[in-house]
Amino acid sequence: MENEFSSIDKLLKLLKENKISVTEISKHFIDKIKKSEIKAFIHFNEDNILDNAKKLDDLKSKGTFKRIHGIPIGVKDLFCTKNIRTTAGSKILKNFIPTYESTVTSNLLNEGALFVGKTNLDEFAMGSSTTTSYFGSTINPCSKDKNKKLVAGGSSGGSAAAVSANLCLGATGTDTGGSIRQPASFCGVIGIKPTYGLCSRWGIIAFASSLDQAGVFSNNVKDASILLEIMAGYDNKDSTSANIKIPEYSKNLSSNIKGKKIGIPKEYDTENIPEDIKINWMNSKDYLQKNGAEIISISLPHTKFALPTYYILAPAEASSNLARYDGVKYGFRSKINDSLDAMYEVTRNEGFGAEVKRRILIGTYVLSAGYYEAYYLKAQKIRSLISNDFKEAFNKCDAILTPTSPSEAFPIGEKEDDPIKMYLNDIFTVPASLAGLPGISIPFGNSNNGLPLGIQIIGRHFDEQTILNISNNLEETI
Amino acid sequence: MKIDKNTTLKIARLARIKINNNEIADYSKQLSNIIDWVQQLNEVNTDQIEPLKKIVEIPATFKGDEPELKDYSQDILENAPEKIENYFVVPKVVE
Amino acid sequence: MNNLIDGKTGKWEIIIGLEIHAQILSNSKLFSNSSTKFGLKPNTQVSLVDAAMPGMLPVINEFCIKQAVKTGLGLKAKINKYSVFDRKNYFYADLPQGYQISQYKNPIVGSGEIQIDLPEGKSKSIGITRLHLEQDAGKSLHDQHPEKTYVDLNRSGIALMEIVSEPDLRSSDEVALYIQKIRSIMRYLGTCDGNMQEGSLRADINVSVRKPNEHLGTRCEIKNLNSIKFIKQAIEFESRRQIKIIEEGGQIEQNTMLFDSNTGTTRPMRNKEEAHDYRYFPDPDLQPIIINEEFIKNLSESMPELPDQKKQRYINEYSLSTYDASLITSDFDTAVFFEKVLKVSSHSMKNPKLVCNWIISELYGYLKKNDINIHKSPITPDNLSKMIGLIIEGKISGKIAKNIFEEMFYSKKDPTDIIKEKKLEQISDEGSLKNIINQVLEKNTEKVLQYKSGKDRLLGFFVGEVMKLTDGKANPSIVNKLLKEKINK
Ligand SMILES: [Mg+2]
Ligand SMILES: [Zn+2]
Repeated sequence: MENEFSSIDKLLKLLKENKISVTEISKHFIDKIKKSEIKAFIHFNEDNILDNAKKLDDLKSKGTFKRIHGIPIGVKDLFCTKNIRTTAGSKILKNFIPTYESTVTSNLLNEGALFVGKTNLDEFAMGSSTTTSYFGSTINPCSKDKNKKLVAGGSSGGSAAAVSANLCLGATGTDTGGSIRQPASFCGVIGIKPTYGLCSRWGIIAFASSLDQAGVFSNNVKDASILLEIMAGYDNKDSTSANIKIPEYSKNLSSNIKGKKIGIPKEYDTENIPEDIKINWMNSKDYLQKNGAEIISISLPHTKFALPTYYILAPAEASSNLARYDGVKYGFRSKINDSLDAMYEVTRNEGFGAEVKRRILIGTYVLSAGYYEAYYLKAQKIRSLISNDFKEAFNKCDAILTPTSPSEAFPIGEKEDDPIKMYLNDIFTVPASLAGLPGISIPFGNSNNGLPLGIQIIGRHFDEQTILNISNNLEETI
Repeated sequence: MKIDKNTTLKIARLARIKINNNEIADYSKQLSNIIDWVQQLNEVNTDQIEPLKKIVEIPATFKGDEPELKDYSQDILENAPEKIENYFVVPKVVE
Repeated sequence: MNNLIDGKTGKWEIIIGLEIHAQILSNSKLFSNSSTKFGLKPNTQVSLVDAAMPGMLPVINEFCIKQAVKTGLGLKAKINKYSVFDRKNYFYADLPQGYQISQYKNPIVGSGEIQIDLPEGKSKSIGITRLHLEQDAGKSLHDQHPEKTYVDLNRSGIALMEIVSEPDLRSSDEVALYIQKIRSIMRYLGTCDGNMQEGSLRADINVSVRKPNEHLGTRCEIKNLNSIKFIKQAIEFESRRQIKIIEEGGQIEQNTMLFDSNTGTTRPMRNKEEAHDYRYFPDPDLQPIIINEEFIKNLSESMPELPDQKKQRYINEYSLSTYDASLITSDFDTAVFFEKVLKVSSHSMKNPKLVCNWIISELYGYLKKNDINIHKSPITPDNLSKMIGLIIEGKISGKIAKNIFEEMFYSKKDPTDIIKEKKLEQISDEGSLKNIINQVLEKNTEKVLQYKSGKDRLLGFFVGEVMKLTDGKANPSIVNKLLKEKINK
């Protein structure tokens, strides 16, 4: 049965044929989650899951069978879920219970998803390791050595780990600079970050609004296609949501890539990449070429500036987005009552963790009088250049192939004392984020240490289908 | 060092984050390192470049002027750490 | 107008610039669907967006954009086809997001100008620097509890237009005229109701002083004033305060001031922020506002006649004096009332000056005394027009009309009904008037003789006696005519 429990497609078939009930499915996954030691979930409520499973069984017996009826899904704890605690991995929201449901999760619920829990993340999605969460670190299920636990990547590490360990069949994530693609790569699962504006941001706790985008983890490309087409869609509550018709990715899914032009950006080939990652990247290129794609060399000249640009813009937006956590309307509040300002300062000092505070301070600095032009405005201009680089590249090719991350999953605790070292994790994912482009990470090959590696495919705005198809081809190859 | 202790205190104050005396030096160093690192952007000449205005070319969404007459006071006060009747409550503010 | 004021060391000039915050007339807020109704229970008109719940996003109310552009057109200002919403970051209890969505570098409306009408028929042009859109904050109540401040977010997110003037104003009188003119334009346009008591119109006043022709002095900003009376008081006090400091050898510190309406004085805000640093940047939740030519054209075509145009038309079409025309057009509702009265009957239409006088001299007084808005006037345009018709037809005298007017105001009755009930109709019937005249002449034979021997002005005495006997109802011109006929026989 384990095999059936690893694909949405297969499980739906069993359900349809009445070979299994949603309640039975839920029990299987509850059991697995309870036994699991990887701390993928922050919040998990057995009774809730069983209740909802029963409701879905009742619906089915009355003849209603939805598109992902009873499929167990994990939800990153950055999505507000009605009447279910939503923390963003932070002490400052540790008791926050929204009275509303995010658009993306409500799209999933409307199609019959069975939520199994809220997954762990770096605090406010700021990180690449899921170790900055107030609720502890998530452990990568691919860790080989019991005494050397590896990070799941981040910030959506809980979701990636949960799917990787088959604690659910899909999970939502958010990606600001690589927070879906990098943990997908570390945990050996598919992770797709769609075009900025494809999924509504309404109800997702904001980190950096001009970069944040919801996406999904799954075990295979078909499942990713199904979940994405359900999550995506225009939302008039989000001004940056795209009013387009969402293609039926899963129906249109093909592995035919004959004549597709795939660009290899020469700037990604730096001496800083470990040899095994470079070789793996070249292997993926060779496979695609063998399968009919045309490989061309492209240039994205401002690549090396993407990371510093991102680490100005994202903290700037975050410093403002996180101003609302002030102990007045919701969340943690210090007992200091001397003055309003004293209450604010202590609440925010005690409520936020170190990395979040660091980013708020950097963001405050780069926006402050006398520094705005030198940092924030400069970065926005370079963001223009980076965006143009991609525009030009896509005149020549249909998709761009890169490694997802410059490293394999690293041990928990490593890189923690050096923020910049940690930031370098996002070196391959951030450029596409700055340009609002869709990117997918697909498991391909292993590192010298036998850990999973990911390959990133970047597409044109709203051309998710192409990158899903290329991924599908790679997946069939493996 | 780009960010000295006074600057750290000033931005922490702007951001309403209390920094204890024993943390100031550490923060100043970390923030300076990051600022030093992002300075590499100065290698790029951006004199003729416009800042990015739209991430993706899509028309903006607007809303109409019809009011929704629902009373959300329960919802918005639900999670409030301190409230009285229908008010949020904070320590006294002196103007 | 000489605006210089005397100090111990000579004459001083006051330099004033204004930031007016005008609440846009709209049904829902600038970025949310909450209602904008005034005075409801605390926190009942607050959506999840207005309360800055995690994950909530603003969406622009298109109607508010139109209202701002319309106002810009009314101020003869440049409409910017590209404008941006920025975040103004600061912490305050009634600012739930931790920032106010406002416009900074790229406001929706650029520079313009308006004319204010000074006494003696002069006018002065006042520059408008810009108009931008922004959200209002909530309300903090500091007096409900000794150690606590209460916060009501009902106002949070309501659309405001901030209209910034050039420092072109030189006296508190000019400031009052300027505010009245801006308010008048917005009320004509239906973009702001101008209600200062409810806070729909507030102003921050920047005041500095200088010796004539010297360079500008340091200014102080008096925050959030919501009555013209207070604004005038604040300017008077603040300018005197500054002059005194400078004359005593001191220097003005650039400060944000609060006005105390109980004492009529200003004082620096106590918790002044160590130099504001608002860290403005474009709000990434919103896209730039892009307006095309057609959008502006459609709005221009829907623009109503504005006060200055109306005034000119009244002067041309109705031959009103400049003074009367500017008085009656300064308030939109008054102009509407005036035109309604004219339209009701041809009598009124032919006598606009008379209609105008009745409104300005009588109606204004009664409304003011009873604190009633003209659009709720108990005397309807219909009834006022009827009454004026009765005067013109000679059915009532002007004197009687004043009594009828008072009766109309308090009873809301039709003037013809009042006349019937109180038998106030003018006596124009020659037969009955002759009888009365005969009575008067018989009683005063001596005076008749005096008149006949040349004392012409005694005619007035006889008319007066006739009026007395008829309780003022006799038609004076007929009485005159009949008297002359009788005595001169
Ligand atoms: Mg101001
Ligand atoms: Zn303002």
